[in-house]
Amino acid sequence: MEHAHKEHPKYMRIFWILLILTILEVVVALPLLKSALGQTVTAILLIGMACSKAAYVALYFMHLKFEQRTLMIIALTPFIICVFLVFMLLPDLMDDARHEGAKAESQAVDTSH
Amino acid sequence: MEETTTLDHSADVYEPSLTPDALGKLGMWLFLISDAMSFGALLAAYGAVRAGAAEWAPPAEILGINLTAGMTFLLICSSVTMVKALEAIQNGNQQRMCTFLGLTILGGLIFLGLQAYEWTALIKHGLTLTTIPHHGLSGAEISGSVLFGPTFYTITGFHGAHVTGGVIYLIVILIKGLRGTYTAEYNHKVEILGLYWHFVDLIWIMVFTFVYLL
Repeated sequence: MEHAHKEHPKYMRIFWILLILTILEVVVALPLLKSALGQTVTAILLIGMACSKAAYVALYFMHLKFEQRTLMIIALTPFIICVFLVFMLLPDLMDDARHEGAKAESQAVDTSH
Repeated sequence: MEETTTLDHSADVYEPSLTPDALGKLGMWLFLISDAMSFGALLAAYGAVRAGAAEWAPPAEILGINLTAGMTFLLICSSVTMVKALEAIQNGNQQRMCTFLGLTILGGLIFLGLQAYEWTALIKHGLTLTTIPHHGLSGAEISGSVLFGPTFYTITGFHGAHVTGGVIYLIVILIKGLRGTYTAEYNHKVEILGLYWHFVDLIWIMVFTFVYLL
């Protein structure tokens, strides 16, 4: 077979990258740093690091980088659909939060009587 | 006219365009993609529940981040032993492949053991499907939606079920490997197993971030 002796990516390098990113994630999520950075910055940093870790696993460990381009497009579909899912849920989320707020207010009114 | 004759001719000698190993790989990828959507839906639902709750207890106050960071490290290590197993058999080294598959199984089993330990500790601490603990790990009083428990156990449980399935899958391939089924020329089933195992690792990376760290 032609690919019996194919080149292997540098797996140990990927291991170190994943390890360092994991440590960074834990550091960023420390309560002290979390409150200093603010909720939005922490979330962006954490999600960014998680996505790059996932990308390293898919591209190198799952050999996506070395497969045909079509497979990469196929593999990307769930992520695109998940982004859609979040956007479809967004108005609902805001609505829920408003309802909760209204409920809490009406309860406060009830107890005051 | 020439075109039609070529078409007729090619119909006579039709051969499947997907080779068995390409088909197996594509099949696994398609399964993983649909599975990724299940996890995506679970995580999105978790986000919806959390955003919709009037109050949500800080995960760091309930869940032990250090233990799960260790579990993340463990799964990354088991992914490395998995690629090493595939590398070994692609170079024709059956014994080395079996050693690394064994190490991968060990990683999966330790992960499951730690998860069982974590769940036991959490349930004792008061995180159940209907309640959340009154006091956080730092001793501070905490309150929040009781939906913390069900979302947490559903997502980590679904992932744990995948690890369990993965360990069984690894054991099956290891047994076949010990019998000498796989060679430098015939090893695509080991590669397909690897795809599944790395996917479980990938999902944990996402779960760790969304459920534990955020």
